[in-house]
Amino acid sequence: MLKIENLHAQVGDIEILKGLSLELNAGEIHAIMGPNGAGKSTLSYALGGRPGYEITSGSVNFDGQDLLELDPHERAAAGIFLGFQYPVEIPGVSNLQFLRESLNSQRKSRGEEPLSGAEFIKLAKEKAGLLKMDMDMLKRAVNVGFSGGEKKRNEMVQMGIIDPKLAILDETDSGLDIDALRVVGSGINAIMRKPDKAVLLITHYQRLLDLVKPDFVHVLAGGRIVKTGGPELALQLEEEGYEAVAA
Amino acid sequence: MSATLPLPTWRDEAWRYADLKALEPVWPKLDGPEKITVAEGDTASRQITTLPIIDDVGIVDLDISIGDNATFALHVLASAADYGRIQVKVTLGKGAHFELGGAILGSGTQTLEIVTETIHAEPNATSNQVVRSVLAGKATGSFLGRINVVRNAQKTDAAQSVKAMLLDRTATANAKPELEIFADDVKCAHGATVGELDKQALFYMASRGLPPELAQKLMLQAFIADAFVSMEDDAARETIERKALEVLERLS
Repeated sequence: MLKIENLHAQVGDIEILKGLSLELNAGEIHAIMGPNGAGKSTLSYALGGRPGYEITSGSVNFDGQDLLELDPHERAAAGIFLGFQYPVEIPGVSNLQFLRESLNSQRKSRGEEPLSGAEFIKLAKEKAGLLKMDMDMLKRAVNVGFSGGEKKRNEMVQMGIIDPKLAILDETDSGLDIDALRVVGSGINAIMRKPDKAVLLITHYQRLLDLVKPDFVHVLAGGRIVKTGGPELALQLEEEGYEAVAA
Repeated sequence: MSATLPLPTWRDEAWRYADLKALEPVWPKLDGPEKITVAEGDTASRQITTLPIIDDVGIVDLDISIGDNATFALHVLASAADYGRIQVKVTLGKGAHFELGGAILGSGTQTLEIVTETIHAEPNATSNQVVRSVLAGKATGSFLGRINVVRNAQKTDAAQSVKAMLLDRTATANAKPELEIFADDVKCAHGATVGELDKQALFYMASRGLPPELAQKLMLQAFIADAFVSMEDDAARETIERKALEVLERLS
């Protein structure tokens, strides 16, 4: 589904990704762990096409398309969802309006019919229910006045509504209390644990991986994947630390 | 403003950002201010969505007197004119309220301005002015808001909120609050900001599948909605918002 080869990316003059390669197949959940400053968020932004994250060499193929050729909104329409470490507040724009416009823009670019207001509300209610989020919060402006945990939960409601092929989740577990983590974990499983979907989970902690069991765990250090293993690698990292394991 | 008065100059505070060159040929054709009187205890409102255009210049000049415990709400959209000016002088009676909501939407080389002089002549009166500008190209959008609180006008509560969004670095926004307060027990709040569209928000919206022009439209629509949120008549609000949206779509 996603094939990243020898990716180099820089922010300003500083090279952050230094030849990263990674392959995800449909039906797989991959976790990426790594020390602060290793390039984890840069990887997610580079894949999302954020302005200022310049790809200097390498390639990214998504479902047979050259991902790097696409604009950020086209990548979303192609089926990529980016879960933000720090979800952005958009004053004055309601969640429902934002998501309906987003979803219908994606559908339009795929040649599908737009959802009607009633169809959309039904879908939003279902996904909000899955993440135990009050519908009233979806009527409010996007992330405005939301706590850190509510913002992360809102990211997952958005993912449910948009129903992507590939979700890249950047520290979705940070800022969540134990109960919220459980809700978000089971939300990710319900929405994304399917044979035709894949997840790239960026995380620092084992907690989330107890709930969303990864098929592969990668260690990202110094802008490269330095080690790949199964779920046991995450446990080893938790016990021994990055330095010992990645050395 | 009438044929008997000389053309203003930039030295005149209330005209310092005006397009006097565009004004000059039109100046003799202008009538004086339209007088609006709101009787004691009454509620009245006015919406201006289109400026009265003479030779590509649109001037609205109002002299409003709000009686004791009366309310007047004015909502304006300054857009289609090479030079557009909405000039309002308001005098408030005891316990009266004045509400202004204005949007300035300019592009090209347009010069658009809202100039208010709010006179709190009696105690206990309140005024609230909200102006939002969206400016593209080499447009200039200005708000000059003068508030006079006379000596006996205790318990005055006057607020101004002015925000401008520049879509191009070549556009200009001016915001000038001017407070003259002679009473000692009053509240006069004023805030002004000039900014650009939040790039982080634009990327966030794109990451959900919104094309840039639609993301920008949603953000600008939300930005100028502040100016019209005080309108009590839903149908009138929808009319002015729809009109504003049409102009915004041409700006972006």
